[in-house]
Amino acid sequence: MATEAQGEAAAHGAEGGLAFHPMDQFIVKPLFQAYDNVVALGEPGSGGEGLTGLTESGHEVALTAKQALEVEAGGSVAINLFEAGIQQVHWYTITNVTLWMAITVLAIVVLLILGTSKRATIPNRTQSVAELAYGFVYKMIEDVTGKDGIKYFPYVMTLFMFIVFANFLGLLPMAFTTTSHIAVTAVLAFAVFFTVTILGFVKNGAHFLELFWVKSAPLALRPVLAIIELISYFVRPVSHSVRLAGNMMAGHAVIKVFAGFAAIAAIAPLSVVAVAAMYGLEVLVSFIQAYVFTILTCVYLKDALHPSH
Amino acid sequence: MATETHGAVAEAADHAASGAGMPQLDFAHFPNQIFWLVVTLVVIYLILNRVALPRIGAVLAHRASTITNDIAAANDLKRKAEEAEQAYDKALADARVEAGRIAAEAKAEIQADLNAAIAKADTQISVKTAEGEKAIAEIRAGAVDGIRAVAKDVAAELVTTLGFKADKGTIDGAVEDRVKG
Repeated sequence: MATEAQGEAAAHGAEGGLAFHPMDQFIVKPLFQAYDNVVALGEPGSGGEGLTGLTESGHEVALTAKQALEVEAGGSVAINLFEAGIQQVHWYTITNVTLWMAITVLAIVVLLILGTSKRATIPNRTQSVAELAYGFVYKMIEDVTGKDGIKYFPYVMTLFMFIVFANFLGLLPMAFTTTSHIAVTAVLAFAVFFTVTILGFVKNGAHFLELFWVKSAPLALRPVLAIIELISYFVRPVSHSVRLAGNMMAGHAVIKVFAGFAAIAAIAPLSVVAVAAMYGLEVLVSFIQAYVFTILTCVYLKDALHPSH
Repeated sequence: MATETHGAVAEAADHAASGAGMPQLDFAHFPNQIFWLVVTLVVIYLILNRVALPRIGAVLAHRASTITNDIAAANDLKRKAEEAEQAYDKALADARVEAGRIAAEAKAEIQADLNAAIAKADTQISVKTAEGEKAIAEIRAGAVDGIRAVAKDVAAELVTTLGFKADKGTIDGAVEDRVKG
């Protein structure tokens, strides 16, 4: 039974008919997947587990009936160890996450460093875009956080550039969207949360707690508001991260679902239109979510620097 | 070993069977993602902080200063042009004043000459007039004396002719009385 499922998973979509795998694009997998040849068939299932084989390096893997026949016939059967669940994703494994984050860094280097390499007073297009990005984030911090927030500009710029490029690169066909993963956005959001909280206490000491004590409200209401403020403060990293990951994941999954409908010829034209429309929306969402994440970071930073309401 | 493998296979199979499981919630991949994310962020931060942001900041500052300088230079040139215009206007006004002054001077000189000439002419005229009047007075005085002498002579002649005899003194006295009266 497991073998059947395995085989189906390996050949998904190839059998025809409607097969939706909208979440497959989010699977983290090693960039270099290991293969191993099956050298012998395993013992007939101890608990009716189906056909198994023994690989060169001594792993026991599940085989399909076809593969088992080929092994019996003396042919070589290569098994993908990752798909067989043997090759593990360690913290240091070079995965598609690594690849797409590297491409993100590369894109940032191309735009912000190669694009500005001429240091032209009258900029060309690339330099214009780089300057626009710089000015956009700089002005955002200046407007939202104030002059004293400017020293955190490189930090905020790092967040913005990473998110905006990861979002847009994720829109390329076959790409992996790093920001669609809650693990990634949670790290970003908690980094902001801890930075802001520590900064708040370092800069303002106990006065930072005034953030929760709404002075403009009637005295009787203040404890209630303090509880609400406290809860909302601790919900910040959650909403901050889930907003970004959720938006990126949902959009990409919907595109995949629409694309899946294209398998039916009659619906295909509609599907193409839907995918195109969805793609347009996603382009918008990619930028807006990066913007929202960055401006919220600025707002939280403002709270840390000037906690009193 | 074998059971472990079977477990993994079964898990993978379940994953595939359920189809729509969220890879985002597969905690086994979290360390990998977090590790590479931290590496990426550090790299981006270093790139931005060391190279990109100072460079773009410098370019923007340079552009701003260039624009400011150009505007200042333009203002300077405008000011110079205005100064030149003022200088021209001033020169024009000065020239006008100078011309007026020269004309006034010439006029005054001519007037002075004219006055002098008129005064000279007046004195000459008055001298001549005085001379004339003197001559007239002399002539008049001469004429009155002549008339007296003639009148006396005529009177003496008449008296003599009429046959009277009178001394010369009486006749002259009578004539003098008549002429005076």
